Amino acid sequence: MTVSDPRHAQYADPADSAGAAALERTWRDPPGIVGWFSAINHKTISKRFMVTTMVFFLLGGVLALLIRLQLAQPNADIIGPDMYNQVFTMHGSTMMFLFAVPVMQAVATYLVPLMIGARSLAFPRLNAYAYWIFTMGGIMLYAAFLLNAGPDAGWFAYVPLSGPQYSPGKRVDFWAQMITFTELSGLMEAIVLITTILKLRAPGMSLNRMPLYVWAMLVTSFMVLFAMPAVMLASTALITDRLVGTHFYNPAEGGDALLWQHLFWFFGHPEVYLIFIPPLGFISAIVATFARRPVVGYPAMILALVTTAFLAFGLWVHHMFATNLPELGKTFFTAASLVIAVPSAVQIFCWIATLGSGRINFKTPLLFVLAFFFILVMGGLTGLMLASVSLDTQLHDSFFVVAHLHYVLLGGAVFPLFGAFYYWFPKFTGRLLDERLGRWNFWLFFIGFNVAFFPMHVLGLWGMPRRVYTYPAEMGWGDLNLVASLGAATIAVSVLLFLFNVARTLRHGAMAGPDPWGAGTLEWSVASPPPAGNFEVIPVVHGRYPLWQPQAEPTHVTGMSNEWREVLVTTVADAEPDHRMWLPMPSIWPFLSALATTVLFVGSIFTPWAIVWGSVPVGIAATWWFWPKRSVVQERVRTEVPP
Amino acid sequence: MTDPASNMQDALRAAGAQAAHIGDLWNGTLALCTFVFVAIVVATIVAVWCAPRADAATRPDTSSLSGPEHRIWRRIGWATAAAIAGLLVLLAGDVFTSRALARLPLRDAVDIELVGHQWWWEARYRDADVSREFTTANELTIPVGRPVIVTLRASDVIHSLWVPSLSGKKDLIPGRTATLRLRADRAGTYRGQCAEFCGLEHALMALLVHAVPPADFEAWAANQRQPAREPVDAAARRGREVFLATSCTMCHTITGTTAQARLGPDLTHLASRQTIAAGMFPNNRGHLAGWIGDPQALKPGVNMPANTLPPDDLQALLAYLETLR
Amino acid sequence: MSAPQQNRDAGKDALRRGAALDVGHMPTFAFGTRSPMWWGTMGLVAIESTVFALTVMTYFYLRSHASVWPMSRFPPDLLWGTANTAILLASMWPNQMAKKAAERLDLAGVRLWMVVCMLFSLAFLAVRAFEFGALNTRWDSDAYGSVVWMLLGLHTTHLVTDAWDSLVLTVLMFTGPLEGKRYVDVSENAGYWYFVVLSWLPIYAVIYWGARF
Repeated sequence: MTVSDPRHAQYADPADSAGAAALERTWRDPPGIVGWFSAINHKTISKRFMVTTMVFFLLGGVLALLIRLQLAQPNADIIGPDMYNQVFTMHGSTMMFLFAVPVMQAVATYLVPLMIGARSLAFPRLNAYAYWIFTMGGIMLYAAFLLNAGPDAGWFAYVPLSGPQYSPGKRVDFWAQMITFTELSGLMEAIVLITTILKLRAPGMSLNRMPLYVWAMLVTSFMVLFAMPAVMLASTALITDRLVGTHFYNPAEGGDALLWQHLFWFFGHPEVYLIFIPPLGFISAIVATFARRPVVGYPAMILALVTTAFLAFGLWVHHMFATNLPELGKTFFTAASLVIAVPSAVQIFCWIATLGSGRINFKTPLLFVLAFFFILVMGGLTGLMLASVSLDTQLHDSFFVVAHLHYVLLGGAVFPLFGAFYYWFPKFTGRLLDERLGRWNFWLFFIGFNVAFFPMHVLGLWGMPRRVYTYPAEMGWGDLNLVASLGAATIAVSVLLFLFNVARTLRHGAMAGPDPWGAGTLEWSVASPPPAGNFEVIPVVHGRYPLWQPQAEPTHVTGMSNEWREVLVTTVADAEPDHRMWLPMPSIWPFLSALATTVLFVGSIFTPWAIVWGSVPVGIAATWWFWPKRSVVQERVRTEVPP
Repeated sequence: MTDPASNMQDALRAAGAQAAHIGDLWNGTLALCTFVFVAIVVATIVAVWCAPRADAATRPDTSSLSGPEHRIWRRIGWATAAAIAGLLVLLAGDVFTSRALARLPLRDAVDIELVGHQWWWEARYRDADVSREFTTANELTIPVGRPVIVTLRASDVIHSLWVPSLSGKKDLIPGRTATLRLRADRAGTYRGQCAEFCGLEHALMALLVHAVPPADFEAWAANQRQPAREPVDAAARRGREVFLATSCTMCHTITGTTAQARLGPDLTHLASRQTIAAGMFPNNRGHLAGWIGDPQALKPGVNMPANTLPPDDLQALLAYLETLR
Repeated sequence: MSAPQQNRDAGKDALRRGAALDVGHMPTFAFGTRSPMWWGTMGLVAIESTVFALTVMTYFYLRSHASVWPMSRFPPDLLWGTANTAILLASMWPNQMAKKAAERLDLAGVRLWMVVCMLFSLAFLAVRAFEFGALNTRWDSDAYGSVVWMLLGLHTTHLVTDAWDSLVLTVLMFTGPLEGKRYVDVSENAGYWYFVVLSWLPIYAVIYWGARF
């Protein structure tokens, strides 16, 4: 089946061009400045979200370059200890809270409706609110940093260092409140994605026909619901310790320093899987398309995702092996940390089998995905080393861990993410990124990454602890540090190349058409970029790779309105049509509610009473957001059909 | 006799029993993981290399959607079984190593209580006979071949004791007491560093461990138990007066004098240490002068204030401190 | 011929043959698990249950490290907390009535029972204020005080937000504009109300009885 096969379902109603035009009018964003802030189309919000997270990625990268500049030579004084401690804290916090998790949700909020044959996400206004609250939280953090009030206690802010006595001032409070912003955003997005995936799939897309990427996002979103509350509770308790004198973490009054670590890592370990599991979905999508065959072992792949998600909640103590917790308990977590390698191994074997039994179209997205098999695998193996309590007592808190975490985060998430960008960029923008620039981007990134981070394994074994602003010359660490810094510079060049590729492509890139890669899933059946309402007609799905499999009847849905934002709600397991639902129209209230929430959150950094008076504007904004418009309701009542 | 500094803090050059056990586990684990890594990378490269080429227009092969691919699934099954076997080997290695570490014989152990401060180490050598206890800072001397039990406490924030040549690390957590057991099996000086981010000068919080023959250790300990030497020459005596008259006594102890404060390192035998400022600078007149005059210039943010002394007083003080062997 | 044009022709052809799934007759709202709102509400329930569970675990964690518990030696007085538990449990009845009325599309019933619910919420909010005073500890006395205030404070936040959104919904049911979807909102709001009441039971047990054993 070829790219121009008519089974790419762009079927239109007989009143087709009028219908398509009405659909476009109904779903597009309102004009003007107020319209810009009122927009709730999922693709619009998602593009803003992706751009914002990539801005944070670049900021985090600049901070990394500052770190590498300072560490390139022993006893350097490019940055003093106070600034350095802020820089590495901001680097970690930016990458983990403002980039890695949110970018995955951002991409999902674009792709998921298109992959499941829906016109929209569920709760589009909540989705917009989640974006705004995330952005405002990130801005708050950087504003604090620029005012020399940036947090400086590390991205996981252990107490008592981050407590009121040893971190006076507001630095840590800004960090803790940033957590509140970003986790609120993440939790709301998870609710949006779960509801969308379970209730808005096109008819016929039963759960066992859902793309593996959508499964990955479903699993991730469930994990978010249970992981993020832990850090919200932990950071709230830290704020109250600092602001109103509670004693959660104060050993002198019955608190415990390890309570923080337990609560934080109960979130923190699942969090790295929140970062890792969506890219597993990217890889499945990209491998299938560029090996010209479905991924091997669909049920095993899903089981692997679900198993990984459950196991991820049982590992957190492996971050605490150097503490005085009982040794027998620690061994349990060693075993769990080893077991979680099994589902990941199964996935890797399935992908290798897919590649080996397929026919390879060697394009840039696949290159980035192949990097996973080198970089993530190495990171995963050093993870197994760290899983041993005995080995960990040497490797913990050394540069070995810095190497490990970057191998798994970049190998497991960032490289596949770049692959995803090259793969779906034509869908987002209608233009193909340049292949040649893409290869240069890839090789510079791959080589630069390994040059930067491999030496850090050795540095850790040679005794270099992490989070040090300098080191003595006689330790002999200077050469490898210099090499690492050169590698970091190379990564920077590769990222610049990526930005150049994007800028150039947006201006003169080759037009992509609906399906430049000959892929099998629904997002490739619509124009690039998609029309405002995604599908001119909702398709009916009959297989896992609808564009690769013979079309069956019924082929699509009729009877939906083009005049109102109507979506089709289907049943959870089998996606049988259940009822129709009108989604809300664009509104400024999500943005205004986010502003009000920001005032409440920022105010409560300075006084607990902000919670009281700050709730008033939030309550008002939320109420106005919800309050229905008479004209709209009258129209709905006119066409209402009760259950 | 000391190794170059680059070898003093090296987890791969085990000089003690615990580090040696971990080193063995490291070697075995590294071998296994390298093998697995190479296998997976080679398998990926082979899969991609040997598969025929295609482009976007190539018809996709959907035969797998209509029936199971038994041969492929069997291979994946075997690979998974191999992976599980490898993981069991790693688990076994870890369990055996943990057991070995826990079985360090503890007879005739030296008992040290280490308290972590921002950004220095307080060490109290304990004894069943309390009159034989003594306090020092930042540098430990231990006997080769005898176990050392280090009790770990923290006075302010979490620190971590890490002397890679001798042992894995253990955290010093406020409100909790931890224990680290180690033994040096080779004479030498080993360097450690605080390994848990503890604030501004975390990077400059090192520790030296001198492992010496048991007889030398006993001699050293006996000396440490003595109060500060009486200064003999005039300059040193004047130096002691300077010390007792200035704010030094607000933080430091010199046993045998009226200076008994415990906020900073014990200086009774300062001159017996090779370094100052928690292992960061050589213990000589020049560095000591700089440190006393303006510690912030060497270690910004440290809790010790600057002390501007008239040059004569400073020289006398330094002369006195040099007598505190 | 371009691909989109080919597609359109094929679409018209399919339509002519009746190969389309007509959903024009389907309902425009639905209750329970059929409704996306149910899933959204359950998502919130999952999140907040996790927060409560973790706070309860924190209580027992801190207790396991304490030699004396409560550290101030005085457990909370039972009167107000137990009274409020009774009020909350009783509020489940008008709540259930409101839910059933909504599912029957009975506007008068919904209005009546939502007002009754609001009266209950006035009562339990008032009593909750007294509960804080009866805890016999301050949030800043010690870790016990901190965790007990946190538990009560978190639940109170839910009482307040639940009362507010129930109030907004009640007012809307009187003023309009009304449509079928609102009955689903009333039904889901009732579900959330159940969560707020039922989640109180273990928290009540921990705050008021956890210090007595």
